[in-house]
Amino acid sequence: MHPSQVLLLWSRRPPPGSRSRGRPRQENKGQRDCPRPIPRLSPAAAAGPAVTYFTPQEKPECGNLAGVRHIILILSGKGGVGKSTISTELALALRHAGKKVGILDVDLCGPSIPRMLQVQGRAVHQCDSGWVPVFVDQEQSIALMSVGFLLEKPDEAVVWRGPKKNGTSDEHIATLEALRPYKPLGALVVTTPQAVSVGDVRRELTFCRKTGLQVMGVVENMSSFVCPHCAECTNIFSRGGGEELARHAGVPFLGSVPLDPELTRSLEEGRDFIQEFPKSPAFPALISITQKILDRALAQLS
Amino acid sequence: MEEVPHDCPGADSAQAGRVASCQGCPNQLLCASGAGTAPDPEEIKEKMKTVKHKILVLSGKGGVGKSTFSAHLAHGLAEDENTQIALLDIDICGPSIPKIMGLEGEQVHQSGSGWSPVYVEDNLGVMSVGFLLSSPDDAVIWRGPKKNGMIKQFLRDVDWGEVDYLIVDTPPGTSDEHLSVVQYLAAAHIDGAVIITTPQEVALQDVRKEISFCRKVKLPVIGVVENMSGFICPKCKKESQIFPPTTGGAEVMCQELKLPLLGRVPLDPHIGKSCDKGQSFMSEAPDSPATLAYRSIIQKIQEFCSLHQSKEENLLSS
Repeated sequence: MHPSQVLLLWSRRPPPGSRSRGRPRQENKGQRDCPRPIPRLSPAAAAGPAVTYFTPQEKPECGNLAGVRHIILILSGKGGVGKSTISTELALALRHAGKKVGILDVDLCGPSIPRMLQVQGRAVHQCDSGWVPVFVDQEQSIALMSVGFLLEKPDEAVVWRGPKKNGTSDEHIATLEALRPYKPLGALVVTTPQAVSVGDVRRELTFCRKTGLQVMGVVENMSSFVCPHCAECTNIFSRGGGEELARHAGVPFLGSVPLDPELTRSLEEGRDFIQEFPKSPAFPALISITQKILDRALAQLS
Repeated sequence: MEEVPHDCPGADSAQAGRVASCQGCPNQLLCASGAGTAPDPEEIKEKMKTVKHKILVLSGKGGVGKSTFSAHLAHGLAEDENTQIALLDIDICGPSIPKIMGLEGEQVHQSGSGWSPVYVEDNLGVMSVGFLLSSPDDAVIWRGPKKNGMIKQFLRDVDWGEVDYLIVDTPPGTSDEHLSVVQYLAAAHIDGAVIITTPQEVALQDVRKEISFCRKVKLPVIGVVENMSGFICPKCKKESQIFPPTTGGAEVMCQELKLPLLGRVPLDPHIGKSCDKGQSFMSEAPDSPATLAYRSIIQKIQEFCSLHQSKEENLLSS
């Protein structure tokens, strides 16, 4: 089981009747008004009690997630297939579609997303109503919470042990249990074309089925590479795995994202690939996948 | 969420996996195998006496090619028919090794002397939790203590016999599995760890954490392998950096941390295909630059282990 990211789609205004005690991200309070920075974890402290970002509320409409219209989990059974990449790009594309997006990075051992959005090193502040996520932009249209913000030294290993962190699989289970009252839209499962990845992802799909989490579809990442010099297309990581997986599991195949050095570089440098590289090979696939998610979200509301 | 069965006897109990209420639990087979019982570290040390060299393959980040590398390290070392090689896959939640080694669907047999590894060649044996899952679709949803139990079990009860090299393929990150294996093997001496990365900073930042973990637990680092380092188009032969080394790649990081860069392995579509077929890529594409890179890296690892052994022998005889 590998850790996941959770993408939260905010509404622009809180849903009627659900005003709860101060949600600073809705009201543009920003970090100025919340003076208590959360101290970073030293490695010793990191070995202490696990951080829980939220606890399930009896009445979902009163909790801190009340203003969140849609929750999407980005999963994969295998590490390194591009979950953080897909989460980040999806968030950027949704922002460009006019949505407010939150990203919850529950990868306790390798939180990559702060760097991908160029907010590594930012501090997390605390307000009466909870922790304020880090806003990626002035307009506060993308908010991020990641354990990466809590580490004292970026190079320090976070070594979690036993029941406190409960192993990688428990991040998954804990996340799912906490989100259940909020009825997530579903899970997006990321794989690469290789059978080796597909094998791990099949196990992930079993997990989804057993926990009653709806799978919106499969995204195949790193599908192929088009040589920038001669336009020859090579299937570096084999081919066909994503579609076959979707067929086997009876879930929609949402699309293939090709390898794109411009995309990799954008993530390294914390740039907005969707804005800056609309002609790049990965762009059409990312936009198409985003559109499908938006369609699903709309269908859920009606 | 599928709960543990109502009258679950407990993973640690002697009844684990064997009572009526265990029927239908996804972990039944694993519990019945005795994974929950807690053996003694001394027993592991005893068992490991017949293993000459132990190498851990680590990575801070998933998907950098660690299992691929472990499998090919095993294949490469096993080409010398006079050496006995063992490959242990402790990625309890995502065991890739059976597929990469062409052993999917194989089962583990138990004899008086312990569990028998599955042999790919006469001199290359493999053990993985993947062999204990009843179907490739089964999810292994385990929590800390059970995982540790499984690892201890692997180290104690697998009958490896006389082994020249034990290669341990670990899951990415600095998790329970890492701590367990280092803990249990520490008494029996680990030659060192090989750390796998890809060129981009997103991977390197996780590798630095991995290296800091090794230093913390005093695990020697044999060196770093930079995987997916460049791609040569099969048509026009021009090189592209698909995963650009925006901060200098592994080379700069190794210089900063004063660690050896064992080598760079370029991307080659044959690698993925071979892994999917469960075959050694080095045999399938002997002239590929990736094969040459692998061979050079394997040689360096062998040299490190021989040096390590001579030092030990000198210490003992002095």
